[in-house]
Formats: sequence, C-alpha cells, structure tokens
Amino acid sequence: MEWTALSVSLRLALATCLLLLPLGLWLGRTLATRHFRGKALCEALVALPLVMPPTVLGFYLMLAFGAEAPFGALWQRLTGSGLNFTFGGILLASLVVNLPFAVQPIQRAFEGVPPHLREAAWCSGLSPWQTLWRIELPLVWPGVISALALTFAHTLGEFGVILMVGGAIDGETRTLAIAIYDRVQAFDESGAAVMSAMLLTVSFVTIGVVYGLARRRGGPHV
Amino acid sequence: MLLKRLLLLAMLAMPAALAQASGGAIVAAASSLQFALAEVAERFTSETGQRLRFNYGSSGNFRRQIAQGGPFELFLSADEQQVLALHDAGHTEDDGVIYARGRLAWLQRPGRGDLPELEDPLAGARQAIAAYQAGEGRARLALANPQHAPYGVAARQALEQAGLWAPSEPLRILGENVSQAAQFALSADARGGLVAYSLVLAPALVERSEHVLIPERWHAPLNQRMVLIRGAGETARAFYAYLQRPEARAILADYGFALPDSEVP
Repeated sequence: MEWTALSVSLRLALATCLLLLPLGLWLGRTLATRHFRGKALCEALVALPLVMPPTVLGFYLMLAFGAEAPFGALWQRLTGSGLNFTFGGILLASLVVNLPFAVQPIQRAFEGVPPHLREAAWCSGLSPWQTLWRIELPLVWPGVISALALTFAHTLGEFGVILMVGGAIDGETRTLAIAIYDRVQAFDESGAAVMSAMLLTVSFVTIGVVYGLARRRGGPHV
Repeated sequence: MLLKRLLLLAMLAMPAALAQASGGAIVAAASSLQFALAEVAERFTSETGQRLRFNYGSSGNFRRQIAQGGPFELFLSADEQQVLALHDAGHTEDDGVIYARGRLAWLQRPGRGDLPELEDPLAGARQAIAAYQAGEGRARLALANPQHAPYGVAARQALEQAGLWAPSEPLRILGENVSQAAQFALSADARGGLVAYSLVLAPALVERSEHVLIPERWHAPLNQRMVLIRGAGETARAFYAYLQRPEARAILADYGFALPDSEVP
C-alpha cells in the first residue's frame, strides 16, 4: 500500500465532496423546483461529464489550466501558483467530473418532495431557509448521502483526467488510481493487487450504501 | 434528418475503416519511435507493397500484452529487458537484435530562459532548482516515469550524476511514457524536460521547441532491442530484416538514434 498516494486520494475525495455539497444542494433544488428558460440546456451541461470521455475533458482542462491561457493566467495571478501539475488543478478537474454525481441524486430527491408541503410550510410562516432546513432536508437526506457517496467513490477511482493534468507528483497529484497503474507498469502485481482490493472494497461499500438508502426511500434516486 | 445524415455518413465511412483495420501485421513499438518508424514504414511499403499496422506505447505495457497473447508479430522495445524477459518466457522466436541505441536530450519551449550550452546541458534544470529554492516560482522539470519507462531511468541517471536528483524532487513531473513527458516539458508551467532525442527531432516538435543533446556517458546505454513474436508472418519478417538494412538505419540515424555497432563515446 502506498500511503502517500492513498492520502492524496482521500484528501481529494473529501475536498471534492465538501465543495460540491453546497453547489449540489443549490443546483439540485433549483433544477427540481424552478422552471426557467434554458433549463434543459442547464441539465444537459450538468450531465455532460457522464458521457464525455475523460481524455476529452483532460485535454480541454490542460489547455485551460496552462499559464498562458486566460483562466490559467488569472488563477496564477490570484493564487501565485499554476493549475497544471498541482493539487488545486486536480481538485478543480475533479469538481467538474463529479458534478453530475453530486447534482442528479439531490435533484431527484427534491423532485420527490410534494410542492404542497413547501407551500404549507410557507403558509405556516416559515421562511424559505427554515423550510429548507426543517421540512425539505429531512426528506431529501438519502439523496444527499447518495450524492456524497457516489462523488467520494468516483473521485477515488478517477484516472484519465488526472493522468492528463496531474504529472504524477508524489504527495500532490499521484493518486491511488495512478499509483496502481504505475505498479502494474513496473510489474509489481502484488503492490497493485493490495491497492486494487482497497479501491474495490470502498466502491462496493459505497454502492451498498446508495442502494440501501434507495430501498429505504422506496425507489432508486440514482 | 440530422440523425439520418449521420447514419449515412457512418455507413460510408465503415468500409474504409474496416479496410484499414484489416491492413496487415501489427507491430508494437516504443513511443520514442513513433516518428522515425512511420518514415521507415512508408519506405518499406512503397518498396515492397506490404502494409503494417503500428501500436505505439510504453515498452512495459507491450511486454505484458504480448505475454498475455496480444496480436503482435514484431516488438520494438525501448530497452533490452522487456524483450529478454519475453524470450525467457518463450513468447518470442529468439532473443532478437539491438536495432538502435537511444539518446537523451534536454527539451524546452523557445524563449523559456536561455537554451543550455552543449557543455552544460542541465543548466536549465539547475537554474529552475535555484529559482525554486530562492522562492522565485516553481518551473517544472519533466521526465518519463523512471519506475517503468527506459527513458525515465536514463533521465534519472543523468540528473543523479549532476547531483540534481534530490534537489529537483519538488519540481519533477512524470509522464506515463516519454511522449507524454515531452508534452509536459513543452507546457507553459515547465522549464523543460529530459526526453528521447528521437522525439525532439520529429517535425511536429522541432518547430516549436529547442533542445540540447545529453552526453551518452551520463546514463547507462539505452540499447533498444526488437524481436519477432512466435508465429510472426511474412510481412513482419520482411520488416524485421528491412530494419537492419542501411536504408532503414539511415532514417533511424536521422532521428537521432545511435547505430547499434557504434561505440559509446
């Protein structure tokens, strides 16, 4: 087991979950409850990373992250460090890749909340924030847990994008999935086997949690 | 309407794609060869009318695929170990021949600081390390992953003999193979990198990069060995022989490979 690679993967997965949680809640709820022009386009954009090849995404991110691209240059000026070959860079990539995994389960869960419940809460004098906190969140939490579990597991396993923008730096961008690839390339099958078993277990537990929650809610929200 | 048009297009393209897919023996070749070998193959095809298909990638990966029965007839490795290991396991006809010796070069974007002199080709790396230690930015140094890429091993040895391996640690970025290392070396975040000389001389790179050759005595010889896989057909055999002829060797030499019988200076 390469502990440094595991710790990079865990840090990346946790940071991705923490940053995507508020965004997923806001976006999922908006898409579930509001009707506006361009909503279909918005939903399509959220789902896009699901079907886009990781190499395509990696290619565009690599271009955008470069110190000469406008985005990369702006980031450099704001933070003093580049995006290609840094933890910040793979975190940003991971946020983009995981957007559908965070938003979609939350959106499905909010769609399952009957509109009249929300209206009744407002009539009872609850503010929109209180409604969200006391009425909606207790109803949608299985969707939120699903979103977090899927995002976490998917980030641990992300490979293609990170291979393209990471640069395999020990302790910074060399994740467990990249370490497994390196071990296999170096003919260290037992090393790869230990780390693969670890990722397999995490994935299995995650999917178990998601399906268990779906059953409790009486329908899969994935 | 659009869908129909797309379907029609797909149907038109299919026969061409199939024809290409059935076009001859498959050769597995190290990614450092991808430009030089294309030129050799073009000559070979125009002289003999026989076609080949090429898969480029890391030599270690090919060794694994061949050991598992991959459909290759000829394997051109970037080192010797992968070929000899396949030979020991009985997957090849014999132990093959060394077809070329690879060279290492420092590669950088034009205008990315001064191009190092031939006498001190690692000056750029040293400058980047000094700048980083003085807190002036973090320009990266690219190389192929020395855990499994032959050119990565050579790059590591070159940095070690110059005493730069340990201090370069925070700046190193590792390509999955030597082609990716070259791409990293030319990115805006890198000072440069140590890659295969054969890639540096390729037309696609030579216009947008600068390079300096690394002395061959700074690393263990990059002997590149090729071998016929058991059951190889006529075309693969003919190409194997062609690669050892003067015409093919001249092309390899154009791409910066040292010839196998030349001496390490």
